[in-house]
Amino acid sequence: MAKLKVEDLKRIKESVKGTVNLRDGAARVKVTVHMGTCGIAAGARTVMNTLLREIESRQVQDVILTSSGCAGLCSHEPMITVEVKETAPVKYVKLDADKTKRIFAEHIMGGKAIVEYAFSVGSERTR
Amino acid sequence: MEDLSLHLLDIVENCTTAGASLVEIRITEDAANDRLEIRIKDNGRGMDAALAATATNPFVTTRTTRRVGLGLPLLKMAAEEAGGALTIESTPGVGTEVTASFQDSHIDRKPLGDIAGTLVALILGHPEIDFSYTHVRGGETIELDTRELKEQLGTVPIGTPAVLNMIRTHLAGAGEDRQGDNHG
Repeated sequence: MAKLKVEDLKRIKESVKGTVNLRDGAARVKVTVHMGTCGIAAGARTVMNTLLREIESRQVQDVILTSSGCAGLCSHEPMITVEVKETAPVKYVKLDADKTKRIFAEHIMGGKAIVEYAFSVGSERTR
Repeated sequence: MEDLSLHLLDIVENCTTAGASLVEIRITEDAANDRLEIRIKDNGRGMDAALAATATNPFVTTRTTRRVGLGLPLLKMAAEEAGGALTIESTPGVGTEVTASFQDSHIDRKPLGDIAGTLVALILGHPEIDFSYTHVRGGETIELDTRELKEQLGTVPIGTPAVLNMIRTHLAGAGEDRQGDNHG
């Protein structure tokens, strides 16, 4: 139990062989979870792990998940910024696992922003 | 912060902001002496003596998005409320080491929480940074070193969901309450 097993890693290497590894610029969607003290205290880790599970269970290949610091809107945490290529970034606020799943299904996969969860559209670009 | 794994996530985010390329995390559960210790050591830019001395003051921060910095003060409070203390050792250009200690059995000692969820979030959010994690509990030691993982993985990114899932499973025994936060 002390170390990860090498054979498990080999199995993973085999299983992802042939799938395209996207670089930052090539992804269709980039999702940034804001992980400042404020975000973490409000539930950002739950949001991040929810997104990861969605990517995994749907076997999505073209969505990049990353984190950033406090955006200065602490009272609106947890927040994510969704950047779909060629469209304006959308900042979602006061999230939980259920809202995050809906954003994943409707915006990240479906391409249609959920205005009722959004703080602003098109205000900034991350990194 | 509900549990210590969230404090850990928060403090390690500071390490990444400080430009660290390696963050070493060590959790020691010492039941014989009724102590719990969390040590976070980075090789980031470090702080001079003046900044290190004031780092637990909520009104001191290096950020520009807001005028307060609560990460270290909150961890200090969590430690002191549970019969422990927070120490910071830092050398400019070398790195920073933060150690939080607790009386393990103290009624106000927060649970460890979802350590696996914290490590997965850190690795996913900062694939370019290496993390070394050691958790000593009684005679058992759980270890994870992303440098070794990356070497084994070769061209497969460490942020691949299958890899993160495996890391989560590997570390699942690291949290205190194994039935704990399944969402985080």
